[in-house]
Amino acid sequence: MKRRDLLKLAGAASALGTLGALPGCTTTPSHARVVVIGGGFGGATAAKYIRLWDPSIDVVLIEREPGFISCPFSNLMLAGYIGMSELSHGYGGLRAHGVQVVQDEVVAVDAGKRTVSLARGESIGYDRLVLSPGIDFMFNEIQGYESAMQAGRVLHAWKAGPQTEALRRQLEQMRDGGVYALSVPLLPYRCTPGPYERASMVAAYFKQAKPRSKVLVLDANPDVTSKAGLFKRAWSDLYKGMVEYRGNAKAIGVGPGVIRLEVEDVKCDVMNVVPPHRAGDIAVRTGLITHNNRWCDVDWRSMESKKIPGIHVLGDATLSAPGMPKSGSMANNHGKIAAAAIVELLNGRAPQPVKIINTCYSFVSQKEGIRVSSVHQWEPGQGTLVPVKGSGGVSAARSEAEATYAWNWARTIWADTLG
Amino acid sequence: MRVILVSAIALAVPLAASAQGTNTGRNLAAACAICHGTGGHVAASAPLIPLAGLPRDHIAAQMRAFRDGKRPATVMHQIAKGYTDAEIDAMAAWYAAQKR
Repeated sequence: MKRRDLLKLAGAASALGTLGALPGCTTTPSHARVVVIGGGFGGATAAKYIRLWDPSIDVVLIEREPGFISCPFSNLMLAGYIGMSELSHGYGGLRAHGVQVVQDEVVAVDAGKRTVSLARGESIGYDRLVLSPGIDFMFNEIQGYESAMQAGRVLHAWKAGPQTEALRRQLEQMRDGGVYALSVPLLPYRCTPGPYERASMVAAYFKQAKPRSKVLVLDANPDVTSKAGLFKRAWSDLYKGMVEYRGNAKAIGVGPGVIRLEVEDVKCDVMNVVPPHRAGDIAVRTGLITHNNRWCDVDWRSMESKKIPGIHVLGDATLSAPGMPKSGSMANNHGKIAAAAIVELLNGRAPQPVKIINTCYSFVSQKEGIRVSSVHQWEPGQGTLVPVKGSGGVSAARSEAEATYAWNWARTIWADTLG
Repeated sequence: MRVILVSAIALAVPLAASAQGTNTGRNLAAACAICHGTGGHVAASAPLIPLAGLPRDHIAAQMRAFRDGKRPATVMHQIAKGYTDAEIDAMAAWYAAQKR
Protein backbone atom coordinates (compact mmCIF):
# COMPACT_ATOMS: atom_id res chain seq x y z
CA MET A 1 0.00 0.00 0.00
CA LYS A 2 2.76 2.41 0.98
CA ARG A 3 4.84 1.41 -2.01
CA ARG A 4 1.92 2.04 -4.31
CA ASP A 5 1.41 5.51 -2.89
CA LEU A 6 5.06 6.28 -3.38
CA LEU A 7 4.87 5.10 -6.98
CA LYS A 8 1.81 7.24 -7.54
CA LEU A 9 3.63 10.29 -6.25
CA ALA A 10 6.72 9.48 -8.26
CA GLY A 11 4.60 9.14 -11.38
CA ALA A 12 2.73 12.34 -10.75
CA ALA A 13 5.73 14.32 -9.57
CA SER A 14 7.85 13.54 -12.60
CA ALA A 15 5.20 15.07 -14.81
CA LEU A 16 5.01 18.35 -12.92
CA GLY A 17 6.25 21.18 -15.04
CA THR A 18 7.03 18.93 -17.99
CA LEU A 19 3.58 18.37 -19.36
CA GLY A 20 1.66 21.59 -19.20
CA ALA A 21 -0.10 20.70 -22.44
CA LEU A 22 -2.04 17.89 -20.77
CA PRO A 23 -4.84 19.26 -18.64
CA GLY A 24 -5.54 17.28 -15.52
CA CYS A 25 -2.07 15.91 -14.96
CA THR A 26 -0.95 18.58 -12.55
CA THR A 27 -4.32 19.34 -11.01
CA THR A 28 -4.96 15.77 -9.83
CA PRO A 29 -1.54 14.62 -8.68
CA SER A 30 -2.91 11.96 -6.32
CA HIS A 31 -4.30 9.88 -9.20
CA ALA A 32 -2.39 6.94 -10.57
CA ARG A 33 -1.30 7.43 -14.15
CA VAL A 34 -1.01 4.84 -16.90
CA VAL A 35 0.90 5.76 -20.06
CA VAL A 36 0.06 3.78 -23.18
CA ILE A 37 2.48 3.75 -26.12
CA GLY A 38 0.77 2.90 -29.41
CA GLY A 39 -2.83 3.47 -30.47
CA GLY A 40 -3.46 0.25 -32.39
CA PHE A 41 -5.83 -2.58 -31.45
CA GLY A 42 -3.88 -3.36 -28.24
CA GLY A 43 -3.01 0.06 -26.86
CA ALA A 44 -6.27 1.81 -27.70
CA THR A 45 -8.31 -1.00 -26.13
CA ALA A 46 -6.21 -0.96 -22.95
CA ALA A 47 -6.58 2.83 -22.67
CA LYS A 48 -10.36 2.72 -23.12
CA TYR A 49 -11.00 -0.21 -20.78
CA ILE A 50 -8.84 1.17 -17.95
CA ARG A 51 -11.01 4.31 -18.08
CA LEU A 52 -14.22 2.21 -18.25
CA TRP A 53 -13.23 0.03 -15.30
CA ASP A 54 -11.60 2.68 -13.06
CA PRO A 55 -12.24 6.29 -14.09
CA SER A 56 -10.02 7.51 -11.23
CA ILE A 57 -6.93 6.39 -13.18
CA ASP A 58 -5.41 8.98 -15.55
CA VAL A 59 -4.60 7.48 -18.94
CA VAL A 60 -2.28 9.11 -21.49
CA LEU A 61 -2.04 7.47 -24.91
CA ILE A 62 0.93 8.40 -27.09
CA GLU A 63 0.62 7.65 -30.81
CA ARG A 64 2.84 9.02 -33.56
CA GLU A 65 0.18 8.86 -36.30
CA PRO A 66 -2.75 11.31 -36.39
CA GLY A 67 -5.28 8.48 -36.69
CA PHE A 68 -5.83 4.72 -36.76
CA ILE A 69 -5.68 2.75 -40.02
CA SER A 70 -6.92 -0.84 -39.77
CA CYS A 71 -4.72 -3.61 -41.16
CA PRO A 72 -7.69 -6.02 -41.01
CA PHE A 73 -9.79 -5.41 -44.14
CA SER A 74 -6.93 -3.56 -45.91
CA ASN A 75 -6.67 -6.47 -48.37
CA LEU A 76 -10.13 -5.47 -49.65
CA MET A 77 -8.55 -2.23 -50.87
CA LEU A 78 -6.30 -4.22 -53.21
CA ALA A 79 -9.39 -5.59 -54.95
CA GLY A 80 -10.88 -2.08 -55.10
CA TYR A 81 -13.84 -3.04 -52.89
CA ILE A 82 -13.17 -0.33 -50.31
CA GLY A 83 -11.02 2.79 -49.97
CA MET A 84 -8.72 4.12 -47.27
CA SER A 85 -11.58 6.04 -45.65
CA GLU A 86 -13.30 2.80 -44.56
CA LEU A 87 -10.12 1.73 -42.74
CA SER A 88 -9.43 5.11 -41.11
CA HIS A 89 -10.66 6.06 -37.65
CA GLY A 90 -9.90 8.97 -35.31
CA TYR A 91 -9.12 9.04 -31.60
CA GLY A 92 -12.11 11.21 -30.64
CA GLY A 93 -13.88 8.22 -29.09
CA LEU A 94 -10.98 7.60 -26.72
CA ARG A 95 -10.91 11.28 -25.75
CA ALA A 96 -14.62 11.03 -24.90
CA HIS A 97 -13.66 8.30 -22.39
CA GLY A 98 -11.21 10.72 -20.78
CA VAL A 99 -8.07 9.31 -22.40
CA GLN A 100 -5.51 12.05 -23.07
CA VAL A 101 -4.32 11.34 -26.61
CA VAL A 102 -0.94 12.84 -27.51
CA GLN A 103 0.38 12.71 -31.07
CA ASP A 104 4.10 12.20 -30.64
CA GLU A 105 6.75 9.52 -30.71
CA VAL A 106 8.31 8.00 -27.60
CA VAL A 107 12.08 8.03 -28.06
CA ALA A 108 13.08 6.44 -24.73
CA VAL A 109 11.65 4.68 -21.70
CA ASP A 110 13.41 4.97 -18.32
CA ALA A 111 12.05 1.95 -16.47
CA GLY A 112 13.96 2.89 -13.31
CA LYS A 113 12.52 6.38 -13.01
CA ARG A 114 9.25 5.27 -14.64
CA THR A 115 9.24 8.00 -17.26
CA VAL A 116 8.92 8.10 -21.04
CA SER A 117 10.63 10.75 -23.20
CA LEU A 118 8.87 12.23 -26.21
CA ALA A 119 10.48 13.31 -29.48
CA ARG A 120 9.41 16.89 -28.78
CA GLY A 121 11.53 16.86 -25.62
CA GLU A 122 9.03 16.43 -22.80
CA SER A 123 8.83 13.50 -20.41
CA ILE A 124 5.84 11.87 -18.72
CA GLY A 125 5.86 9.82 -15.52
CA TYR A 126 3.88 6.62 -15.16
CA ASP A 127 2.80 4.20 -12.47
CA ARG A 128 2.21 1.52 -15.10
CA LEU A 129 3.33 1.57 -18.73
CA VAL A 130 1.52 -0.21 -21.55
CA LEU A 131 3.64 -0.81 -24.63
CA SER A 132 1.76 -1.85 -27.74
CA PRO A 133 4.27 -1.04 -30.48
CA GLY A 134 3.23 -3.46 -33.21
CA ILE A 135 6.00 -4.75 -35.47
CA ASP A 136 9.01 -3.48 -37.34
CA PHE A 137 10.60 -5.27 -40.28
CA MET A 138 13.94 -7.11 -40.43
CA PHE A 139 14.81 -5.74 -43.87
CA ASN A 140 18.36 -7.12 -43.70
CA GLU A 141 17.00 -10.67 -43.92
CA ILE A 142 16.26 -10.04 -47.61
CA GLN A 143 19.19 -8.86 -49.68
CA GLY A 144 18.58 -5.66 -51.62
CA TYR A 145 15.23 -5.01 -49.93
CA GLU A 146 15.64 -1.54 -48.49
CA SER A 147 17.07 0.09 -51.63
CA ALA A 148 14.41 -1.62 -53.78
CA MET A 149 11.68 -0.44 -51.41
CA GLN A 150 12.99 3.12 -51.45
CA ALA A 151 12.93 2.99 -55.26
CA GLY A 152 9.31 1.75 -55.11
CA ARG A 153 10.20 -1.57 -56.79
CA VAL A 154 9.15 -3.76 -53.86
CA LEU A 155 6.38 -3.28 -51.28
CA HIS A 156 5.35 -5.09 -48.13
CA ALA A 157 1.99 -3.31 -47.55
CA TRP A 158 1.95 -5.19 -44.22
CA LYS A 159 1.20 -2.00 -42.28
CA ALA A 160 -1.95 -0.48 -43.74
CA GLY A 161 -1.31 2.98 -45.16
CA PRO A 162 0.67 4.50 -48.03
CA GLN A 163 2.14 1.12 -49.08
CA THR A 164 -1.36 -0.35 -49.37
CA GLU A 165 -2.32 2.49 -51.72
CA ALA A 166 0.94 2.08 -53.67
CA LEU A 167 0.34 -1.66 -54.10
CA ARG A 168 -3.18 -1.01 -55.41
CA ARG A 169 -1.74 1.47 -57.95
CA GLN A 170 0.88 -1.05 -59.09
CA LEU A 171 -1.81 -3.70 -59.57
CA GLU A 172 -3.90 -1.25 -61.59
CA GLN A 173 -0.92 -0.31 -63.75
CA MET A 174 0.23 -3.90 -64.34
CA ARG A 175 -0.32 -5.29 -67.85
CA ASP A 176 -2.89 -8.02 -68.38
CA GLY A 177 -0.88 -11.23 -68.44
CA GLY A 178 1.53 -10.01 -65.78
CA VAL A 179 2.57 -11.78 -62.59
CA TYR A 180 1.88 -10.50 -59.08
CA ALA A 181 4.16 -12.30 -56.61
CA LEU A 182 3.53 -12.36 -52.86
CA SER A 183 6.35 -13.59 -50.64
CA VAL A 184 5.28 -14.85 -47.18
CA PRO A 185 7.79 -15.06 -44.28
CA LEU A 186 8.13 -18.00 -41.91
CA LEU A 187 5.78 -18.06 -38.92
CA PRO A 188 5.37 -16.25 -36.61
CA TYR A 189 4.26 -13.13 -38.51
CA ARG A 190 1.43 -10.61 -38.19
CA CYS A 191 -1.98 -11.91 -39.35
CA THR A 192 -1.48 -15.61 -40.12
CA PRO A 193 -4.24 -15.93 -42.80
CA GLY A 194 -3.52 -12.44 -44.19
CA PRO A 195 -1.26 -13.47 -47.10
CA TYR A 196 -3.78 -15.99 -48.42
CA GLU A 197 -6.64 -13.50 -48.15
CA ARG A 198 -4.45 -11.06 -50.06
CA ALA A 199 -3.78 -13.63 -52.80
CA SER A 200 -7.55 -14.19 -53.04
CA MET A 201 -8.36 -10.47 -53.23
CA VAL A 202 -5.75 -9.82 -55.95
CA ALA A 203 -7.06 -12.85 -57.86
CA ALA A 204 -10.61 -11.50 -57.56
CA TYR A 205 -9.41 -8.21 -59.06
CA PHE A 206 -7.51 -9.95 -61.88
CA LYS A 207 -10.48 -12.18 -62.70
CA GLN A 208 -12.62 -9.10 -63.22
CA ALA A 209 -10.05 -6.71 -64.79
CA LYS A 210 -6.97 -8.65 -66.06
CA PRO A 211 -7.99 -12.27 -66.61
CA ARG A 212 -4.72 -13.40 -68.22
CA SER A 213 -2.71 -12.38 -65.17
CA LYS A 214 -1.36 -14.58 -62.40
CA VAL A 215 -1.02 -14.55 -58.62
CA LEU A 216 2.11 -16.37 -57.43
CA VAL A 217 2.37 -17.11 -53.71
CA LEU A 218 5.97 -17.82 -52.61
CA ASP A 219 5.59 -19.13 -49.08
CA ALA A 220 8.60 -19.69 -46.81
CA ASN A 221 6.37 -22.07 -44.84
CA PRO A 222 5.87 -25.63 -46.11
CA ASP A 223 2.12 -25.12 -46.56
CA VAL A 224 -0.67 -22.54 -46.17
CA THR A 225 -0.49 -21.68 -42.45
CA SER A 226 -4.18 -20.97 -41.69
CA LYS A 227 -7.53 -22.20 -43.03
CA ALA A 228 -5.51 -24.12 -45.66
CA GLY A 229 -8.35 -26.30 -46.94
CA LEU A 230 -10.76 -23.38 -47.25
CA PHE A 231 -8.27 -21.14 -49.09
CA LYS A 232 -7.15 -23.87 -51.49
CA ARG A 233 -10.74 -24.80 -52.24
CA ALA A 234 -11.56 -21.14 -53.00
CA TRP A 235 -8.53 -20.82 -55.29
CA SER A 236 -9.44 -23.96 -57.28
CA ASP A 237 -13.18 -23.16 -57.41
CA LEU A 238 -13.00 -19.42 -58.09
CA TYR A 239 -9.58 -18.66 -59.56
CA LYS A 240 -8.57 -21.85 -61.35
CA GLY A 241 -5.22 -21.52 -63.11
CA MET A 242 -4.79 -18.01 -61.77
CA VAL A 243 -3.38 -18.64 -58.27
CA GLU A 244 -0.18 -20.66 -58.09
CA TYR A 245 0.98 -21.66 -54.60
CA ARG A 246 4.55 -22.74 -53.80
CA GLY A 247 5.55 -23.84 -50.29
CA ASN A 248 9.13 -23.93 -48.94
CA ALA A 249 9.87 -20.93 -51.18
CA LYS A 250 11.68 -18.52 -48.91
CA ALA A 251 12.76 -15.19 -50.36
CA ILE A 252 16.40 -14.34 -49.63
CA GLY A 253 16.78 -11.33 -51.91
CA VAL A 254 15.18 -9.04 -54.46
CA GLY A 255 16.60 -7.74 -57.73
CA PRO A 256 15.23 -5.88 -60.76
CA GLY A 257 11.97 -7.70 -61.52
CA VAL A 258 12.98 -10.82 -59.59
CA ILE A 259 12.50 -12.36 -56.19
CA ARG A 260 15.52 -14.47 -55.26
CA LEU A 261 14.82 -17.86 -53.65
CA GLU A 262 17.57 -20.19 -52.45
CA VAL A 263 17.47 -22.24 -55.66
CA GLU A 264 16.30 -19.83 -58.36
CA ASP A 265 15.21 -16.31 -59.29
CA VAL A 266 11.48 -15.84 -59.91
CA LYS A 267 10.42 -13.16 -62.41
CA CYS A 268 7.42 -11.01 -61.63
CA ASP A 269 5.79 -7.70 -62.54
CA VAL A 270 4.53 -6.61 -59.11
CA MET A 271 6.77 -7.56 -56.20
CA ASN A 272 5.04 -7.81 -52.82
CA VAL A 273 7.59 -9.21 -50.38
CA VAL A 274 6.69 -9.29 -46.69
CA PRO A 275 9.97 -9.42 -44.73
CA PRO A 276 10.24 -11.25 -41.40
CA HIS A 277 9.39 -8.96 -38.52
CA ARG A 278 9.91 -8.48 -34.80
CA ALA A 279 8.53 -6.39 -31.93
CA GLY A 280 8.51 -2.66 -32.73
CA ASP A 281 11.70 -0.62 -32.31
CA ILE A 282 10.70 0.97 -28.99
CA ALA A 283 10.42 -2.52 -27.43
CA VAL A 284 13.97 -3.26 -28.60
CA ARG A 285 15.33 0.08 -27.34
CA THR A 286 13.60 -0.43 -23.97
CA GLY A 287 15.24 -3.84 -23.54
CA LEU A 288 12.01 -5.86 -23.51
CA ILE A 289 13.05 -8.49 -26.07
CA THR A 290 13.37 -11.97 -24.56
CA HIS A 291 13.36 -14.41 -27.52
CA ASN A 292 15.34 -14.73 -30.78
CA ASN A 293 16.08 -11.00 -30.78
CA ARG A 294 12.46 -10.61 -31.89
CA TRP A 295 9.67 -11.01 -29.32
CA CYS A 296 8.72 -9.98 -25.76
CA ASP A 297 7.67 -12.68 -23.32
CA VAL A 298 4.93 -11.67 -20.86
CA ASP A 299 3.00 -13.02 -17.88
CA TRP A 300 -0.28 -13.88 -19.61
CA ARG A 301 -2.30 -13.10 -16.45
CA SER A 302 -1.35 -9.43 -16.64
CA MET A 303 0.62 -8.93 -19.90
CA GLU A 304 3.45 -7.63 -17.68
CA SER A 305 6.90 -8.06 -19.22
CA LYS A 306 8.90 -10.98 -17.86
CA LYS A 307 11.95 -8.76 -18.14
CA ILE A 308 10.99 -5.30 -16.81
CA PRO A 309 8.44 -4.87 -14.02
CA GLY A 310 5.76 -2.20 -14.46
CA ILE A 311 5.67 -2.50 -18.26
CA HIS A 312 2.82 -4.41 -19.94
CA VAL A 313 3.50 -5.48 -23.55
CA LEU A 314 0.58 -6.17 -25.90
CA GLY A 315 -0.24 -7.39 -29.37
CA ASP A 316 2.00 -8.57 -32.19
CA ALA A 317 5.15 -7.64 -30.21
CA THR A 318 4.58 -10.45 -27.70
CA LEU A 319 6.10 -13.91 -27.80
CA SER A 320 2.82 -15.56 -28.78
CA ALA A 321 1.33 -18.12 -26.38
CA PRO A 322 0.81 -21.65 -27.80
CA GLY A 323 -1.81 -21.69 -30.59
CA MET A 324 -2.24 -17.92 -30.44
CA PRO A 325 -1.97 -15.91 -33.69
CA LYS A 326 -0.75 -12.33 -34.03
CA SER A 327 -4.12 -10.74 -34.80
CA GLY A 328 -6.23 -7.67 -34.16
CA SER A 329 -8.69 -9.76 -32.13
CA MET A 330 -5.86 -10.99 -29.92
CA ALA A 331 -4.30 -7.54 -29.48
CA ASN A 332 -7.71 -6.15 -28.46
CA ASN A 333 -8.07 -8.96 -25.92
CA HIS A 334 -4.50 -8.44 -24.68
CA GLY A 335 -5.57 -4.85 -24.01
CA LYS A 336 -8.42 -6.10 -21.83
CA ILE A 337 -6.17 -8.51 -19.87
CA ALA A 338 -3.79 -5.60 -19.21
CA ALA A 339 -6.62 -3.20 -18.31
CA ALA A 340 -8.15 -5.63 -15.81
CA ALA A 341 -4.75 -6.41 -14.27
CA ILE A 342 -3.65 -2.76 -14.07
CA VAL A 343 -6.91 -1.72 -12.37
CA GLU A 344 -6.42 -4.51 -9.81
CA LEU A 345 -2.73 -3.71 -9.24
CA LEU A 346 -3.30 0.03 -8.83
CA ASN A 347 -6.02 -0.75 -6.29
CA GLY A 348 -3.71 -3.01 -4.31
CA ARG A 349 -5.19 -6.32 -5.46
CA ALA A 350 -3.79 -9.31 -7.33
CA PRO A 351 -4.77 -9.72 -11.03
CA GLN A 352 -6.98 -12.67 -11.93
CA PRO A 353 -6.45 -14.72 -15.12
CA VAL A 354 -8.81 -13.77 -17.98
CA LYS A 355 -10.18 -16.09 -20.66
CA ILE A 356 -10.02 -14.64 -24.19
CA ILE A 357 -11.35 -15.32 -27.68
CA ASN A 358 -9.69 -15.06 -31.08
CA THR A 359 -11.70 -14.74 -34.27
CA CYS A 360 -10.09 -14.05 -37.65
CA TYR A 361 -12.25 -13.61 -40.74
CA SER A 362 -10.83 -13.62 -44.27
CA PHE A 363 -12.47 -12.77 -47.57
CA VAL A 364 -11.98 -15.17 -50.47
CA SER A 365 -14.20 -13.21 -52.89
CA GLN A 366 -16.13 -9.95 -52.71
CA LYS A 367 -19.07 -11.58 -50.95
CA GLU A 368 -17.73 -14.75 -49.37
CA GLY A 369 -15.75 -15.17 -46.19
CA ILE A 370 -14.12 -17.84 -44.06
CA ARG A 371 -13.16 -17.83 -40.39
CA VAL A 372 -10.96 -19.37 -37.69
CA SER A 373 -11.73 -19.06 -33.96
CA SER A 374 -10.22 -20.19 -30.67
CA VAL A 375 -10.74 -19.72 -26.92
CA HIS A 376 -7.64 -19.34 -24.73
CA GLN A 377 -7.44 -19.89 -20.97
CA TRP A 378 -4.77 -19.69 -18.28
CA GLU A 379 -3.17 -23.06 -17.62
CA PRO A 380 -1.39 -22.91 -14.25
CA GLY A 381 0.65 -26.05 -14.90
CA GLN A 382 2.15 -24.61 -18.08
CA GLY A 383 2.19 -21.01 -16.86
CA THR A 384 0.66 -19.66 -20.07
CA LEU A 385 -2.60 -19.28 -22.01
CA VAL A 386 -3.55 -22.35 -24.05
CA PRO A 387 -6.48 -23.12 -26.38
CA VAL A 388 -9.39 -24.76 -24.53
CA LYS A 389 -9.62 -28.39 -25.63
CA GLY A 390 -12.63 -29.08 -27.83
CA SER A 391 -13.31 -25.41 -28.57
CA GLY A 392 -12.63 -23.35 -31.68
CA GLY A 393 -12.32 -24.34 -35.32
CA VAL A 394 -12.85 -23.03 -38.83
CA SER A 395 -15.87 -22.35 -41.05
CA ALA A 396 -17.65 -25.39 -42.46
CA ALA A 397 -17.36 -23.77 -45.91
CA ARG A 398 -16.90 -20.31 -47.44
CA SER A 399 -20.17 -18.40 -47.35
CA GLU A 400 -21.91 -15.06 -47.67
CA ALA A 401 -23.00 -15.40 -44.03
CA GLU A 402 -19.36 -15.45 -42.90
CA ALA A 403 -18.71 -12.31 -44.98
CA THR A 404 -21.67 -10.60 -43.30
CA TYR A 405 -20.29 -11.56 -39.89
CA ALA A 406 -16.83 -10.46 -40.98
CA TRP A 407 -18.14 -6.96 -41.66
CA ASN A 408 -19.91 -7.03 -38.29
CA TRP A 409 -16.62 -8.06 -36.62
CA ALA A 410 -14.75 -5.18 -38.31
CA ARG A 411 -17.25 -2.46 -37.45
CA THR A 412 -17.70 -3.78 -33.92
CA ILE A 413 -14.03 -4.28 -33.04
CA TRP A 414 -13.17 -0.83 -34.44
CA ALA A 415 -15.85 0.63 -32.13
CA ASP A 416 -14.83 -1.59 -29.19
CA THR A 417 -11.21 -0.49 -29.60
CA LEU A 418 -11.69 3.20 -30.39
CA GLY A 419 -15.29 4.17 -29.74
CA MET B 1 -27.56 -23.70 -5.63
CA ARG B 2 -26.47 -22.32 -8.97
CA VAL B 3 -29.51 -20.06 -9.17
CA ILE B 4 -28.76 -18.56 -5.77
CA LEU B 5 -25.12 -18.01 -6.69
CA VAL B 6 -25.97 -16.35 -9.99
CA SER B 7 -28.50 -14.05 -8.34
CA ALA B 8 -25.84 -12.96 -5.90
CA ILE B 9 -23.46 -12.17 -8.74
CA ALA B 10 -26.11 -10.29 -10.69
CA LEU B 11 -26.81 -8.09 -7.69
CA ALA B 12 -23.20 -7.66 -6.72
CA VAL B 13 -21.83 -6.60 -10.10
CA PRO B 14 -23.43 -3.16 -10.41
CA LEU B 15 -22.99 -2.38 -6.71
CA ALA B 16 -19.41 -3.43 -6.15
CA ALA B 17 -17.83 -3.96 -9.55
CA SER B 18 -14.33 -3.39 -8.25
CA ALA B 19 -14.43 -5.85 -5.36
CA GLN B 20 -12.19 -8.82 -5.96
CA GLY B 21 -13.94 -11.90 -7.27
CA THR B 22 -16.93 -10.07 -8.69
CA ASN B 23 -15.26 -9.13 -11.99
CA THR B 24 -15.39 -12.64 -13.43
CA GLY B 25 -18.50 -12.02 -15.52
CA ARG B 26 -17.29 -8.61 -16.67
CA ASN B 27 -13.88 -9.96 -17.72
CA LEU B 28 -15.36 -12.98 -19.51
CA ALA B 29 -17.89 -10.79 -21.34
CA ALA B 30 -15.19 -8.33 -22.43
CA ALA B 31 -13.72 -10.96 -24.77
CA CYS B 32 -17.07 -11.24 -26.61
CA ALA B 33 -17.07 -7.49 -27.36
CA ILE B 34 -14.99 -7.90 -30.54
CA CYS B 35 -18.23 -9.08 -32.23
CA HIS B 36 -20.94 -8.22 -29.66
CA GLY B 37 -19.77 -4.70 -28.84
CA THR B 38 -18.59 -2.93 -25.69
CA GLY B 39 -21.01 -3.85 -22.89
CA GLY B 40 -23.12 -5.87 -25.34
CA HIS B 41 -24.08 -2.85 -27.46
CA VAL B 42 -23.89 -3.15 -31.25
CA ALA B 43 -24.84 -0.75 -34.05
CA ALA B 44 -28.51 -0.73 -35.01
CA SER B 45 -27.57 -2.16 -38.43
CA ALA B 46 -25.62 -5.10 -36.96
CA PRO B 47 -26.75 -8.66 -37.80
CA LEU B 48 -26.60 -9.59 -34.09
CA ILE B 49 -29.10 -9.13 -31.27
CA PRO B 50 -27.69 -6.77 -28.61
CA LEU B 51 -26.84 -8.77 -25.48
CA ALA B 52 -27.10 -5.81 -23.09
CA GLY B 53 -30.12 -6.22 -20.83
CA LEU B 54 -31.28 -9.56 -22.26
CA PRO B 55 -32.67 -11.89 -19.56
CA ARG B 56 -29.88 -13.79 -17.84
CA ASP B 57 -31.55 -17.16 -18.22
CA HIS B 58 -32.12 -16.58 -21.94
CA ILE B 59 -28.45 -15.77 -22.61
CA ALA B 60 -27.29 -18.76 -20.56
CA ALA B 61 -29.75 -21.11 -22.27
CA GLN B 62 -28.64 -19.95 -25.74
CA MET B 63 -24.97 -20.42 -24.86
CA ARG B 64 -25.70 -23.96 -23.68
CA ALA B 65 -27.74 -24.67 -26.82
CA PHE B 66 -24.80 -23.51 -28.98
CA ARG B 67 -22.38 -25.55 -26.92
CA ASP B 68 -24.50 -28.70 -27.05
CA GLY B 69 -25.17 -28.38 -30.79
CA LYS B 70 -28.89 -27.73 -30.33
CA ARG B 71 -28.84 -24.30 -31.94
CA PRO B 72 -27.19 -24.02 -35.37
CA ALA B 73 -24.48 -21.38 -35.77
CA THR B 74 -21.62 -20.23 -37.97
CA VAL B 75 -19.20 -19.70 -35.05
CA MET B 76 -20.94 -19.75 -31.66
CA HIS B 77 -20.98 -23.55 -31.41
CA GLN B 78 -17.16 -23.48 -31.53
CA ILE B 79 -16.80 -20.57 -29.08
CA ALA B 80 -19.38 -21.84 -26.56
CA LYS B 81 -17.46 -25.11 -26.18
CA GLY B 82 -14.71 -23.09 -24.51
CA TYR B 83 -16.82 -22.23 -21.46
CA THR B 84 -17.99 -24.02 -18.30
CA ASP B 85 -21.53 -23.74 -16.92
CA ALA B 86 -20.29 -21.43 -14.17
CA GLU B 87 -18.59 -19.15 -16.70
CA ILE B 88 -21.68 -19.06 -18.90
CA ASP B 89 -23.79 -18.09 -15.88
CA ALA B 90 -21.34 -15.38 -14.82
CA MET B 91 -21.20 -13.72 -18.25
CA ALA B 92 -24.96 -14.05 -18.74
CA ALA B 93 -25.55 -12.35 -15.38
CA TRP B 94 -23.17 -9.53 -16.33
CA TYR B 95 -24.82 -8.92 -19.73
CA ALA B 96 -28.28 -9.04 -18.14
CA ALA B 97 -27.22 -6.30 -15.72
CA GLN B 98 -26.14 -3.91 -18.53
CA LYS B 99 -28.47 -1.11 -19.58
CA ARG B 100 -30.11 -1.66 -22.95
